[in-house]
Amino acid sequence: MPQAAASKDSYLKLESIRKTFGKFVALKGVGLAVERGELVIFLGPSGCGKTTLLRIVAGLETQDSGSIVQGGRDISRLPAMQRDYGIVFQSYALFPNLSIFDNVAYGLVNRRKGRDEIQRRVSELLKLIGLPDAGRKYPGQLSGGQQQRIALARALATAPGLLLLDEPLSALDAIERVRLRGEIRALQQRLGVTTVMVTHDQEEALSMADRVVVMNHGVIEQIGTPEQIYREPASAFVADFVGKVNVLAAVAEGGGRLRVGRLLLEGAPGAGALSTGARVSLYLRPEDVMINGAAAAMPNTASAKVTKVEFLGAFCHVTVELAGAEEQPLLINMSRHAIDDMKLCPGAALSVGLPPECMRLLV
Amino acid sequence: MTTATVEALSPATATRIKPIAHWHDRLSQLLLLGMCLALVVFLLAPLAMILVKSVQDRDGAFVGLQQFRDYFDTPALRQSIVHTLSIAGAVTAITVPLAFSFAYALTRSCMPFKSTLRLVALTPILAPSLLPAISFIQWFGTQGVLKWTLGGASVYGPTGIIISSVYAAFPHALMIVLTALLLADGRLYEAAESLGTPTLRRFFTITLPGAKYGLISAAMVVFSYTVSEFGIPKVIGGNFNVLALDIFKQVIGQQNFNKGAVVSLVLLVPVLVAFVIDSTMQGRLQAQFSSRAVPFAPKPKPAFDVAMLGFCVTVCTLLLAVLGMAIYTSFIKLWPYDKSFSMRHYTFGLVDGGVISAFFNSLEMAFFTALVGTVLIFGGAYLLEKTRGMSALRALIRLLAAIPMGVPGMVLGLGYIFFFNHPDNPLNVLYHGMAILVISTIIHYYTSSHLTAVTALKALDNEFEAVSASLKVPFYKTFFRVTIPVCLPAILDIGRYLFVNAMTTISAVVFLYSPDTKLASLAILNLDDAGEIGAAAAMATLIVAASTTVCVIYAVVTRFLLVRTQAWRRPVTV
Repeated sequence: MPQAAASKDSYLKLESIRKTFGKFVALKGVGLAVERGELVIFLGPSGCGKTTLLRIVAGLETQDSGSIVQGGRDISRLPAMQRDYGIVFQSYALFPNLSIFDNVAYGLVNRRKGRDEIQRRVSELLKLIGLPDAGRKYPGQLSGGQQQRIALARALATAPGLLLLDEPLSALDAIERVRLRGEIRALQQRLGVTTVMVTHDQEEALSMADRVVVMNHGVIEQIGTPEQIYREPASAFVADFVGKVNVLAAVAEGGGRLRVGRLLLEGAPGAGALSTGARVSLYLRPEDVMINGAAAAMPNTASAKVTKVEFLGAFCHVTVELAGAEEQPLLINMSRHAIDDMKLCPGAALSVGLPPECMRLLV
Repeated sequence: MTTATVEALSPATATRIKPIAHWHDRLSQLLLLGMCLALVVFLLAPLAMILVKSVQDRDGAFVGLQQFRDYFDTPALRQSIVHTLSIAGAVTAITVPLAFSFAYALTRSCMPFKSTLRLVALTPILAPSLLPAISFIQWFGTQGVLKWTLGGASVYGPTGIIISSVYAAFPHALMIVLTALLLADGRLYEAAESLGTPTLRRFFTITLPGAKYGLISAAMVVFSYTVSEFGIPKVIGGNFNVLALDIFKQVIGQQNFNKGAVVSLVLLVPVLVAFVIDSTMQGRLQAQFSSRAVPFAPKPKPAFDVAMLGFCVTVCTLLLAVLGMAIYTSFIKLWPYDKSFSMRHYTFGLVDGGVISAFFNSLEMAFFTALVGTVLIFGGAYLLEKTRGMSALRALIRLLAAIPMGVPGMVLGLGYIFFFNHPDNPLNVLYHGMAILVISTIIHYYTSSHLTAVTALKALDNEFEAVSASLKVPFYKTFFRVTIPVCLPAILDIGRYLFVNAMTTISAVVFLYSPDTKLASLAILNLDDAGEIGAAAAMATLIVAASTTVCVIYAVVTRFLLVRTQAWRRPVTV
C-alpha cells in the first residue's frame, strides 16, 4: 500500500502551498506527496481549492508561497512550458480544426520527430484508447466520451512523467462516465504513469483512486485510500461529504457508554476516553445498520418504527424512529427483496442493531 | 498515515513566489505593451491635445476657459447646439421605429423574400453618407422631380439633413434591433399562448420589454451618428448650422484651430453621453443573450404577413430609390434637361478632371486599412484575451479599445492635426501621408472590430493555450495553426467592415488628407461644391461599386472557400 508520509523518493512533493485571489484564500498551506505510478484524486466541493492546486502543479497558476518538487527537480517557479506533464481538461480542449491524428500528434511534431515515428506513435496511442480508426475524423464528429479519449491520447503522446486530469468526466453522460472511468484507470495502471486527478464526484474518486485527498475551504481534510476515507473519516466534513451517513447527537455516560436520546449504546471505538457528559456526534453508515434476525445477537439493539420507504432502484432508503430516540430519525439501506420479505411499509415495526465497530465518534 | 499537512502561514512572513517567465510570456507581454503604447499615441495623445488647445489662444498662451466663454457668447454658435440636438432627436425618432418595424417583420412574420429584403435594407452601409444627400437634391432640390410635393418648402436645410440621415443611419439601427429581436425566447411566447394572452398584450409584455435594451442601444447609435455626421449637412444643409459643420468651418475656413477644439469638445459631450448609455445597454443585452433561449418560430398569419411584406417592400423601394437616383444621375448627360445615357461624368468629369486618382487613393487606403487593421486588431484582441500576466495593463487596453466608439471622426481628426502636425513631434513625418489616413481610420473603427474579434476569441476553448504549453508548443504556433483558422470567419468580417468603412469615411480624414492623398469621399464634397453633381454622383457610385464588390467577394469566400477548408464545421456524424 502506498505511504502517505512523504518518503524520500516520492515523485511529486507539494509543501505548504498557499494561494490567494485578492482577499479570498484558495489554499491555506497545503502539502502532500504523490508516489511514482500512483493515481491520486483531489476530491471536494466546488471552491475547495482542488482545481487551483492542480493548476499550480501544472504551472498555470503561481502559488503565493510553498514549493513543488517533481521527480527530484524543484519546479516551484518554472513556467508551464518547462514542466513535464500532460493535461486533460473537462472541456476536452481538442483543436476543432485539426484532425484526430493532428491533435494527437500536436506535441510530437514540435519535438522534430520523424514522420514515420509520429505515425507509429499516434496509431499506437489511438489503438491504446480503443479508437484505432478515428485518425482522419474531426473532434466535432466524435461523441463526448470519444473526444475525451482523444484528449487523453494527446496528453500521453509525449510520454510525460505526470498526467493531470481536471474533472475529465464531468461533461459526460452517466453511462459514458462510468465506462470511461474504468478505462482511464486501466490505462493508467498499464502505463504506470503517475496521475493526479480532480473531481467533485465521490463515487469516481472511490472507484478509481489509489489514494484520495479530500479538500474543503483550501485545506486538506484527509488523505487516505478510498477504504480509509469511507470507513475511517478523519473529520465530520469527510464523513458527510463521502457517502451517506447518519449523524446522531450523543452524550458520553462514562464507562465507554453513550446516550442517544434515552437509548444507551455500548462499545463505540474511542468512547471510553471521553469524559462523562461530553457531547459527541455518532456517525453510522446506513448500510451498517442491522435489522431483525441479524440484529438479535448484537449489543446495541432497539425496537423501531418505519416512517418512510424511499425506492431508489437497486436498493431502498428506509427511515425509522428508534424507540427512545424518536427525535433523531435513522436511515437504513435495504435491498428491495428484504423490504418485500419483511413487508415493510410506514408504520411497520422492526428491531434494529447498531454495530459498535462501525460507529465513528467525532466532536 | 491519514494526517494532512496543514500549516498556518501568514502572508506577511512569506515572500511571494516569483515565477520564472518563459521568453514566450515575455514576448507576448512585450507585444501587449506595444499595443498599449500605440493606442496611447494614436488615440489618447491626440484627444488630450484637443483639451490642451481648448484652453489656449492662437499663440499658445494659456487663457483658461476664455475660449469657451467666447463660444457661448456667439449666438450663431450657440444655435448650432440646438440645431444639432433637435436634428439628431428627429432622426432618432424616425429611424428607430422604422428599423424596429422592419426587424419585427423579419423576425415575427412568415413573409417571403426575407433575406432579399434584409440585404436591400443594409445597402446604405455601402454608400458614403454624401450619397443620400446628393440623391435627395436630385429628387427634391431646385430641379427635383418631386419638388412640388414639398409645397414651397426647401429640401436644403433641416428637412434634407433629416431624411438623408435617416437613410444613412437606418441599417445601423436595423442590425442592433434585429439582434435584440432574434434573441427573444420562444418559450415565453409559448407560455403566453397557453395562457390565452392576446396578441397585442403579448407584444407589450414580451416583445417590447425583450427588445428594450436593443431599442435604447439603437437610439443611442443613431443619435450619435447624426450628431457626428458632417458630410450630409455640408451637402444638403444649406445655411443650417450644426456642430460638426462648425468645426469644419472654424478649422478649414477660418484656420481657428483653438475655437475648433472648443466646438469639438462641445460635440463630444452628447456623443459621450450616448456612448455611455449604449455600452450599458449592450452589457444588459449580452446578459440576456447568455441565457438558454429557444429561438422563436413565427407561425403563418396571412393578413399580418401581407401587411408586413407591404411595409418592407415600401421601405426597400424608398431605399433603392435613393441609391438608384444617385446611380442614374451619374449615367445621364445633364439633369433635368438631357436625360440621355452618357458616361461623360465618368470619362470627362472624373478621368479628364483628374479626380479619378482620388478613387484609387481610396482603394489603396481601404486596402491597407483592412489589411493592417485586421492584423493589428485581431492580434491585439488575441494577446488581450489569451495570454497571461500584466493584468493592470490589460484593463487599460480594454478601456482604450472602447473609447473610439465614443469619439466623433471630426474630433479624432482634429486631434490628429494638433498632435501630428506639431513641429516637435518626431511622428510628424506621418502627417499628410497615406499612413496617417490609414492609422486614423483604423482607430476610428477600432471598437466594433475589436469587439468582433473578442467575441470570436471568447468562443474558443480557454484551455487551448494551457494544452499547448503542456505539449511544449509555443503559443504563436497554436495561434497560427488553431486560433486563426477557427476564427477565420470573424477575421474576414473585420476586414470587410474596415474596408467598407474606409471607402465611405469622411469625417476624420477631412482634416488629414494632402493633395496627393485625396480620397474619393472628399472628392465628392469638392465636386458638389463646384456644382458638378453628376461627377459627384459618379464618384459615389464608384464607391458603392467597390464596397459591393468587396462584400460579394466576402460572401463568396465565406460560403465556398470556408466550407471547403473547414470540414470540421460540418454537422456531427457519429
